[in-house]
Amino acid sequence: MTEPVVDQASRRLTVFLVDDHAMFRAGVRAELGAHVDVVGEASTVAEAISKIAAVQPDVVLLDVHMPDGGGRAVLDAMRRTHPQVRFLALSVSDAAEDVIGLIRAGARGYVTKTISPDELAAAIRRVADGDAVFSPRLAGFVLDAFASRPDVPVADPELDQLTNREREVLRLLARGYAYKEIAKELYISIKTVETHVSNVLRKLQMSNRYELSRWAADRRLV
Amino acid sequence: MPVLGVRIALVVLLGFNGLGLLLYAAFWAVLPQQIPTDTPAPRRDFAALLPFGAIGLGVVLLQALVSRDNLAGTVGWLIAVVAVGAGIIWHESDPTRRAWSTDLPQTPWLAAVVAESDRRFFVFRFIGGGVLVATGIIGVVAVYAPPGSLTSVVNGVIFALVGLLGVGVVAAPLIWRMFNQLRAEREGRIREQERAELAAMIHDQVLHTLALIQRNSADIKEVQRLARGQERSLRNWLYKPAASPTERFAAALEQAAAEVEDTYAISVETVVVGDTECDDRVAALVAAAREALVNAARHAGVQTVSLYAEVEEEELSVFVRDRGAGFDLSDVEESRHGVRGSIIGRMQRHGGRAEIRSAPGDGTEVRLTLPASRDSVVAGKETAR
Repeated sequence: MTEPVVDQASRRLTVFLVDDHAMFRAGVRAELGAHVDVVGEASTVAEAISKIAAVQPDVVLLDVHMPDGGGRAVLDAMRRTHPQVRFLALSVSDAAEDVIGLIRAGARGYVTKTISPDELAAAIRRVADGDAVFSPRLAGFVLDAFASRPDVPVADPELDQLTNREREVLRLLARGYAYKEIAKELYISIKTVETHVSNVLRKLQMSNRYELSRWAADRRLV
Repeated sequence: MPVLGVRIALVVLLGFNGLGLLLYAAFWAVLPQQIPTDTPAPRRDFAALLPFGAIGLGVVLLQALVSRDNLAGTVGWLIAVVAVGAGIIWHESDPTRRAWSTDLPQTPWLAAVVAESDRRFFVFRFIGGGVLVATGIIGVVAVYAPPGSLTSVVNGVIFALVGLLGVGVVAAPLIWRMFNQLRAEREGRIREQERAELAAMIHDQVLHTLALIQRNSADIKEVQRLARGQERSLRNWLYKPAASPTERFAAALEQAAAEVEDTYAISVETVVVGDTECDDRVAALVAAAREALVNAARHAGVQTVSLYAEVEEEELSVFVRDRGAGFDLSDVEESRHGVRGSIIGRMQRHGGRAEIRSAPGDGTEVRLTLPASRDSVVAGKETAR
């Protein structure tokens, strides 16, 4: 992203890393050093909970899989007490259940660990601004989960269905388009793209659609 | 519930050829246990047993006096002794233990007989069982001593059964433990088998790949290719039920992507929404998508290519996109088989469409669409002409 550095971005974002692999933390720290301030890191759930509460970062990069409960345990512990801290899930796993589980627990986005440093920095900024970040695969999951099937009853149309525009945006995300490219393709502003994605995130978190509940139930997340 | 009354009635009934004992056992096994009240359960008091025993004995004695028939009296006595033995066992079983193991929710009586418990209980079990066995044997001998009539044969059988019951009570924990051990052993074997399978997979694939990576560590492309291939195979193994690429659209696309990854050392971000059966038209779509991936891998000069496919009611669509070099469509010679024949031509032959968007320096996107049903194939063909 080569957007000019505007005023609100002049304050460097503070980022906290939670991952049980020290090598990975070191790598991310080195990659992100130019873009944000990495203010702390933790390798266990308990460590993460106490340190995040102490340093109050803007964004927490959260590993999905950790020995003692994983990212979900951190989210469950922090969401109520520190609503201003935003969480971005980061994982090698692309399994639908893991991703959906974390998003529903309150993470603002999900990216895979193979993401490039620039893209990761952009994703962090987006999450810090209160927007959502979807990897192509997560966009695919959501399209799949919200597919309009005639046999699935819709309890709450506001939450259980995607609008055509949201569907289009998700399709482009799944096709590997960046937000800027989506905006250009659909003749809308980047801000509008962000709004659409944030709405999808809200639906993903609030909806009780059968597929989402099933995913969650399969993994005993509910 | 007048527990005491019921118990007394049953003890009195005991005198009549053990009817009370049978009823008690049957009720106890069949009727649901009372919901515990909040007063703590009193400890089992042996003194409480005495009146029942006394009543039982009294009834039996009374019966023996009243009836002139000696044999019936003896039987009554023996049953009374058996009842006392059994009563000791039941009573001694700790009230809390009557919650029984969760393994046997339908058979509380079984758990009572087979439960392994502390030494004290074991002694009582042994005594009770011993009494049963002894009674059985004595009874059999006593009944058979006078040359038999039909009733004495029946009595003999009953006593033999009583004897067997005693043996069962004594031996049950042993048998149960053996059964449990067998079960545990079998579970262990299954676990061991799974572990061996996992170990074999890791050995055949992961260790192999790691060795290859070490040997090729100078060749970054090769290392990437190896790592990516291993990642893919582990992912499949962990998360995906195996589907045959010849049968399912998604599996076929993923296989095509994997082949391109392996051959050209790039990574293909594959996202497939929905799935469908494979037929030759769908196979053609997959082949065209594969060709588009190959083109991207060879000409775009990038590490990552996006592959997105969606199965909708009316049509299947596939998008192959890279952010690479791109090209001017008018520059591509008519003879270049890759794009013209393998992608556009192939899609048209099968009633679909191919659209290529590209500009130098701006990447390339190939969009393939195929109408879903047979009917629309014909229509598609006509419009393609």
